[in-house]
Amino acid sequence: MSRAFKLALASLVALALFATGCGGDDGDDTKAAFVMVAPIGDAGWNFMHNQGRLGAQEETGVETAFVESIPEGGAEFDNAVQQFIDDGYNVIITTSFGYMDATEQFANDNPDVIFEHVSGFKMNDTNFGNTFGRMYQPRYIAGMAAGAATESDRIGYVAAFPIPEVIRGINAFALGVARTNPDAVVEVAWTSTWFDPGVEGNTAQALIDAGADVLTMHQDSTATGQAITDAGGTFIGYHSDMSEQVDGYLTAPVWDWTPRYSQIIEDAKNGTYTPEAWWGGMADGVVDIDIPDSSPVAGEMKEVKQQILDGEFDVFDQGSVVAQDGTVIFQDGVIVNGFPNAFAPDVMVGEPGAAIDDFILLDMNFFVENVEGSLG
Amino acid sequence: MNEQTLIGLVIAIIEFGTLLYLAALGELIAEKAGVLNLGVEGMMAFGGMAAFWAGVETGNPWIALVVAAIAGTALAAVHAVISVVLGADQVVSGLALTILGLAMAAFLGKDLVSKPVGTQFRELDLGPLSDIPWIGETLFSMSALSWLALALGVATWFVFTRTSTGLALRAVGESAATADAAGLPVVRTRVIAVMIGGALAGMSGAYLTLLLAPGWSEGTTAGRGWIAVALVIFGAWRPGRVLIGALLFGGLIALEPRLQTFGVEISPILLSMLPYLLTIGVLILLSIRSRNRPSAAPAAIGQTWRREER
Repeated sequence: MSRAFKLALASLVALALFATGCGGDDGDDTKAAFVMVAPIGDAGWNFMHNQGRLGAQEETGVETAFVESIPEGGAEFDNAVQQFIDDGYNVIITTSFGYMDATEQFANDNPDVIFEHVSGFKMNDTNFGNTFGRMYQPRYIAGMAAGAATESDRIGYVAAFPIPEVIRGINAFALGVARTNPDAVVEVAWTSTWFDPGVEGNTAQALIDAGADVLTMHQDSTATGQAITDAGGTFIGYHSDMSEQVDGYLTAPVWDWTPRYSQIIEDAKNGTYTPEAWWGGMADGVVDIDIPDSSPVAGEMKEVKQQILDGEFDVFDQGSVVAQDGTVIFQDGVIVNGFPNAFAPDVMVGEPGAAIDDFILLDMNFFVENVEGSLG
Repeated sequence: MNEQTLIGLVIAIIEFGTLLYLAALGELIAEKAGVLNLGVEGMMAFGGMAAFWAGVETGNPWIALVVAAIAGTALAAVHAVISVVLGADQVVSGLALTILGLAMAAFLGKDLVSKPVGTQFRELDLGPLSDIPWIGETLFSMSALSWLALALGVATWFVFTRTSTGLALRAVGESAATADAAGLPVVRTRVIAVMIGGALAGMSGAYLTLLLAPGWSEGTTAGRGWIAVALVIFGAWRPGRVLIGALLFGGLIALEPRLQTFGVEISPILLSMLPYLLTIGVLILLSIRSRNRPSAAPAAIGQTWRREER
């Protein structure tokens, strides 16, 4: 071995040691990582989570990272999360329902890392909580705008799957429609997919052909908006402000994850994080809606928004909530009749006489009377 | 159910039929020359992304269509080189092409996601013809691309059955060695057929991102390239029968939401299974039928040919 080579080797080793020393983690640094199920570029679900990540990064000054297009229930998820843990990320937020069980497993195996799962229901006592938003609140206000906007008294709703989250949104929307336009009906058509612009556009067109002049959706693409714009109607979006993509856009109930993510990261930093089943509403800033001034009911919408923000208004506590078959389900915030569980139809949900609680809302499995369509 | 909903159904059948027919016709041409190309889904996505990009850049749907055809052709050339020139396994190369096409479309199209559409293909107004009730609102209002697909179908049928070029192509697909002995350029014919197939798959992608579901995002093709591959078998490698198949499969897709608005009580999940169930059913039927007679498939399909290995 030549002398020059030895020297070079020695300096390399020294450099490597020095570099390690510099990069060494002192253990107090909070770093947050996000796992997303699809590309963050769509104007939908994942896009808004990334916006929340960027917002929280700015508010807390904590370094964040993310991975996108990670399938649910696969080795890719395990790889990504393990990599984040190895890289010293100590807050890991997973943003798709199907990540729930894998996230729970990781939380139990890594007690020093805080895990937050979005849109699920599992948690533990130390380092694993769940987060979701009361999207039904802005959906109700969006329904008010739709009821006022329709001339054919027929509003179409392009919906993904008949699960409680989607059904609850449809019912809230329909109650809002009924408030401003008692004659209007909300027609629901299922696509059996979260994201397939071809099928979403086709379903939107079917609803337009059936007479709808206002459309909304619970999907991940803007195809519904394109279809109703081409037909000269009005579009009420979802997830984000879609005015740039869709000319016929009126308004949309939107997500804003920044305040919640900032709070989780702050708590982690201060060592005060305690897991909870966090279901935030408009007052928490996680969901919101822009009130379009062009709407004839803008004033009333603003009033309702204020009442919700002040905690004086609950969407499902107003008068009687009647199912499609005429059964009264709720009356002034009290359960009158139960309904079959979505996943176990023999089990009835809801104790007659009890007050409406979150569990009832989370299990919602009936359509209100001004909805047309079946539960699939 | 009223007149408007029925007209809407027919329009949707034509739209999904066009999408599937363009891609299936391309696959048919490649398979007739003896090359199975399972990369349709990838070529469709790549072409669709390229078309959307060109639409945003130029605002001209026809330029976008040409760009999509070129993109599809370029991707198909990869398959042609690997499986025809170099003689690798057609199934493996085709599957790789699907993965490559989907990934490249996702990667190169990252900045196009959520962009407003630059241009769109529109319904064609044929003046008085479009005013005829029923036929005018459906057939004589369909976009220029549907007419193009139809014309390409007729042209394919004509070339295959009435010209020496078509005969040569079919000969290459039936028995490459025989065709070679007869002095036909096997490799060149196969490469060109695969590339034409790619162009058509790319155009199908353009139809998707500039008309059917204007916009670009990863996953827009949603498996329709695979239906196109199945359609070729369904249509027994005949342009006319494949057209009927495309309208039938397109009809099932179009019917899915409409049965719900018509108030028919069928699970929408069951409905979305129908095209695939139909494919399986037809495959079974075809294999039973063809027991006592020669298969409609080109005899040399899937077989690598090298002159030295005769």
